[in-house]
Amino acid sequence: MIKVSEIVLSVKDLKIYYSTLYGYVKAVDGVSFEVKRGEILGIAGESGCGKSTLGNGLILLKPPMKYIGGEAILDGKNVMTLSQKELKKIRYEKISIIPQFAMDAMNPTKKIKHIINDILNEHGENFERKKDIIKERLEIVNLERKVLDMYPIELSGGMKQRMVMVISSLMNPDVLIADEITSALDVSSQRSVIQMLHEMREREVIGSLIFITHDLSVLYQIADKVLILYAGKVAENSPVEEIIKNPLHPYTKMLLSSLPKIGVRYVQIKLKGIPGYPPGLLNIKEGCRFRFRCPYRFEKCEQDPPLIDVDGRKVSCWLFERGDKS
Amino acid sequence: MSLLKFENITKEFPLGFFGKEKLKAVDNVSFEIERFKIVSLIGESGSGKTTIGKLILKLINPTSGKIFFEGTDITQIKGNKLRKYYKRVQGVFQDPYSSFNPIYKVDRILNMVFEEFFPEVQGLERHHKIEEVIASVGMNPKSILGKYPHQLSGGQLQRILIARALLLNINLLIADEIISMLDASTRVDILNLLGKLKEKGMSVIFITHDLSLGYYISDQTFIMYKGNIVEMGDTEKVFHYPLHPYTKMLLDSIPEIDRKWNLSKRYIPELVTSSDSMCKYFDRCPLKNEKCKKERPQFVEVEKNHKVLCLNVKI
Repeated sequence: MIKVSEIVLSVKDLKIYYSTLYGYVKAVDGVSFEVKRGEILGIAGESGCGKSTLGNGLILLKPPMKYIGGEAILDGKNVMTLSQKELKKIRYEKISIIPQFAMDAMNPTKKIKHIINDILNEHGENFERKKDIIKERLEIVNLERKVLDMYPIELSGGMKQRMVMVISSLMNPDVLIADEITSALDVSSQRSVIQMLHEMREREVIGSLIFITHDLSVLYQIADKVLILYAGKVAENSPVEEIIKNPLHPYTKMLLSSLPKIGVRYVQIKLKGIPGYPPGLLNIKEGCRFRFRCPYRFEKCEQDPPLIDVDGRKVSCWLFERGDKS
Repeated sequence: MSLLKFENITKEFPLGFFGKEKLKAVDNVSFEIERFKIVSLIGESGSGKTTIGKLILKLINPTSGKIFFEGTDITQIKGNKLRKYYKRVQGVFQDPYSSFNPIYKVDRILNMVFEEFFPEVQGLERHHKIEEVIASVGMNPKSILGKYPHQLSGGQLQRILIARALLLNINLLIADEIISMLDASTRVDILNLLGKLKEKGMSVIFITHDLSLGYYISDQTFIMYKGNIVEMGDTEKVFHYPLHPYTKMLLDSIPEIDRKWNLSKRYIPELVTSSDSMCKYFDRCPLKNEKCKKERPQFVEVEKNHKVLCLNVKI
């Protein structure tokens, strides 16, 4: 096992907005968390909660995405304020991403080995010198060596996805971000991808992993810690066992109780979804963003709740202001 | 008489540039679906589950075999008969956003049903019917009608599409991955809606790759693999006493919040080859033997309402 101690990535009060004609869409609004070496952090939330913006923003700020404030310290530097040239240097080596649509991430006119070679050249390496590593990585993801001589279109969706996993991890990044990479897969391929990421961590191919998904039950299988995002803000940040067994934030509670599982059938027990929809994030005003759907809402919820420490866990809800744990 | 019956249905798609090779998306499949039942059709991508849905909706025609709806063969029907068939059978698909034309208000998709099937219903009467059906899928008509698709969420749009099918007073709804694009917090509401519709007398074919959703809502479960149904039966039986090695593997890989996977055990992912004469699951199967290499299995009825396509199942 790897010892989890040293902090690799420290994000504090990070704000990434989308600028539009009508104002800012506050997609990531004051998010803080830490990732330790060897740790797998799961980020979960509904569509539009800012989880992908957060993942992508750390790698590449594309307009209309705009960095507003806060910091993300990786290796002593704030990655949000680095120049293009400095960013190029740390990408793949320090921080890397397996994007959501990994299937379309590769240039269709190039052979796989040329794609790999381009990346290696960028970082002062070449294919020959990295041959053994590439061989080992292909083994982890269960691909044959002949795929290196193929074009991306010759591979199936699942194979492309695994190829992207190889490419993203080639330079042994300290932090690897996996953005919704299992959501389009069926259960058996989903499980094999999880298994592969686990193996990459065990072999210390990747330092830490940020695993973004909307599926809490997948996170339970792989994550050490889970960050629940709601409408651009952190709702809760706790070790995975605790978040599943004893969720604190009303949103987490309701989300967990809406998940179908084997043993629960409609004819016997009716599960309940969360009524209502997440708020629009355009020029959103102060106040807890879950209050419109929350059964425990009270006057205080009109103000932004701080991230409150409850026995080492973090929760952003006024109910816990005085260590009240009900 | 069953509501829907598949008799030895095969659907081939041509492969390659000249189409000489054929892919059997659905391979000699037979089943029956009763009234007032929700049946989930579960399988991985490429297993043929969507093709079965399309065959029922007559979006494609089978290469061979017959489909009976209430005893009538529907494989060849056209014109007026087909229109009548669509009053009874409708589909809802995965991506609600692409089912709407973004430049029209959502009301249009409901109005079109009347124009096509009940042109005599006009004005206020039509409006009342639309309001009624929107309310019956659990939404407030005032906050839905007159809006454009981009103003509504995926879950709301999906409900409008179900409402559209309900305007026709249908007996069979094909729900093809209708919740895979929705958020966890709204998913379960759509499932509950299907349950309510069943209680009102509709049958639903619920196509999904998510086993726990299928388990929650369906009365019967069909497990598909490479164009075959490999196991079918009452949901409780299939999930609690799975017989086919593929079903067992699937159940073992469901992510659940009260059971952790053993990540240190290596896991075999997908497929490679199979020939026409061997069992299709041969290369992944832990139970395989010489016999499986030589013959294709036939359905074995192990107990009432529980069948499996495997040579190694003992009764």
